[in-house]
Amino acid sequence: MALSNSGKNGWLLSIPALILLIFGAAGPLLIVVVYSFLEPGDFSGVIWNFTTEAWFRVFFERDIFDGTVSTADAHLTIFWRSLKLSILTTLATFLIGFPMAWFIATQPPNRRAAWLFLITIPFWTNLLIRTFAILEVIRNQGLLNSFLIWLGVIDAPLQILYTDTAVLIGMAYVYLPLMVLPLFAAIDRFDFKLIEAGYDLYASRWRVLRRIVIPIVRPGIVAGSILVFVPSLGAYVTPRILGGGKNMMLGNFIELQFGQGRNWPLGAALSMLLLVIVLTALLAYVRATSVEDRHNV
Amino acid sequence: MSDRTPPRPGPAPEPRRTGTDSGAPAQDRGRGETKGPDRGAPARGRGRAAQARPFNVTTMPGFATVAILAFVLLYVPIVTMVIYSFNASDSVALWGGFSTRWYAIAWENDFVQEATIRSLVIATSAAVIASTLATMAALGTTRRKRFRGQTLIYVMINQPLMVPEIVTAVALLIFFAAIKTATGYTGLAYLILAHSAFCVPFAYLPIRARLEGMDLTLERAAADLYATPFQTFRRITLPLMAPGIAAGAMLSFVISLDDVIITEFVKSAGQDTLPTYMLGQLRRAVTPEVNAISTALLVLTVLLLTAFFLLTRKRG
Repeated sequence: MALSNSGKNGWLLSIPALILLIFGAAGPLLIVVVYSFLEPGDFSGVIWNFTTEAWFRVFFERDIFDGTVSTADAHLTIFWRSLKLSILTTLATFLIGFPMAWFIATQPPNRRAAWLFLITIPFWTNLLIRTFAILEVIRNQGLLNSFLIWLGVIDAPLQILYTDTAVLIGMAYVYLPLMVLPLFAAIDRFDFKLIEAGYDLYASRWRVLRRIVIPIVRPGIVAGSILVFVPSLGAYVTPRILGGGKNMMLGNFIELQFGQGRNWPLGAALSMLLLVIVLTALLAYVRATSVEDRHNV
Repeated sequence: MSDRTPPRPGPAPEPRRTGTDSGAPAQDRGRGETKGPDRGAPARGRGRAAQARPFNVTTMPGFATVAILAFVLLYVPIVTMVIYSFNASDSVALWGGFSTRWYAIAWENDFVQEATIRSLVIATSAAVIASTLATMAALGTTRRKRFRGQTLIYVMINQPLMVPEIVTAVALLIFFAAIKTATGYTGLAYLILAHSAFCVPFAYLPIRARLEGMDLTLERAAADLYATPFQTFRRITLPLMAPGIAAGAMLSFVISLDDVIITEFVKSAGQDTLPTYMLGQLRRAVTPEVNAISTALLVLTVLLLTAFFLLTRKRG
């Protein structure tokens, strides 16, 4: 049975968990695929007629009167904003997170645990609460604007809230721990004697960082980037609160189709598009890391 | 992800003295001589000084400054939120003196009460279900020879971590909407099922980590002493893996308590949990009541996390 590794059918113990996951997570994804090929119902739901209209409408639109086809610019704007903000979030978290991870990893062991705990608290704190906290800071009467006015840098509050910048700040803020933790794991295992060797051979600091450190901790960088990029692309809460109604991202646009938009098939098609992009990124990550392993063994 | 390998590109030399400790867990040992008494000193603002003392190889100019600044910025919004939850005034922007009135208002709000109870019921159920099933799955997949389909099981279990939450939410909305129309049942079971499912990987990971750290010696000894399989499980395996299970259950509880997106899509009318209630409030005028609820949730999370760390801390 489960008590030793000799039993042949021990894996049967995983079945209850698998059943739960099939009904509560994986299985319904297949229904989404089916729905993306159906016609929207009048109020919600679907009419069971096969059509590729929803997929067509993801990228194109037809003029109501003369039927001319053009690209769905509104949709493309939303895709582009999602992609742009996700990439910028990943970059921002890396530029801030790398020094943080380095700093934590080079602390003496007794203090390192405390710093790690400090990064773990925001990591596990409700995303909604953290978004709400940053909202309080960047709103017009918020801490940031009050501070800048007090400094005399600006006269009137900056309108940050409900812009792309607000969404970027918010996502970088809430996803930063996701970047720092894998970076820390990689730097923590880094052999600092290699840096010493680099300096001995007259390498500059920048060269050491670029030619020795970065290549070795690359798996951590890739892992952190994936961990930030994937949820950023599908972000819903942060853009909804900080971006207001106009600055939608893909996640909010999908939600709209199931709410006021009342176009479930289009929503289903958009969800599948998002899923495909994310899975491609994950697959690229798996391949990148397995190539890494093969090189290193 | 292998460590301690020479960088592939570039002229970096074969490290001469590496590999001496490559077998040891790098976590707290490693690094050998670079960890002189010097490393205890904070690296802050020592760019020039380190240049003169090339042995402090861990210093990178500006890194410490950026790191400290980032830590401060990470906590400023949270601390501000906590402080303003004790604001006496009606505004979230103006300070009107210390008061706990918003906690009292939140406490007496029927919606908040109901949402809190609902959140706790769902989180507790999800934690119990997810950690039970994850324990079984971990027993079934660790400490045995590789078998066909093992990767498939891993992928299935970790699937909620890979699929964007909004996609799962949409899928569950469609699936449950169909069941709701077919059966007419609109109770909490949908939310509990959904939460249990996405909590499984969070419960599975610490339990599996714990199991992998246990060798089979004690179980074999028990079997040698004529313990039945059930006795061995009950008296040896289960007590040994208990901290992992507790950690997994706690993580599941926190994850379930925090969930917004899936809950927002799956819930029937009038089934707000605390996070979806807060999201709804944020749409309207924000009052310090939300600060108070957030602070209370924050405290709960920190307490659970501390317990989690104590449970999973490696001894020695």
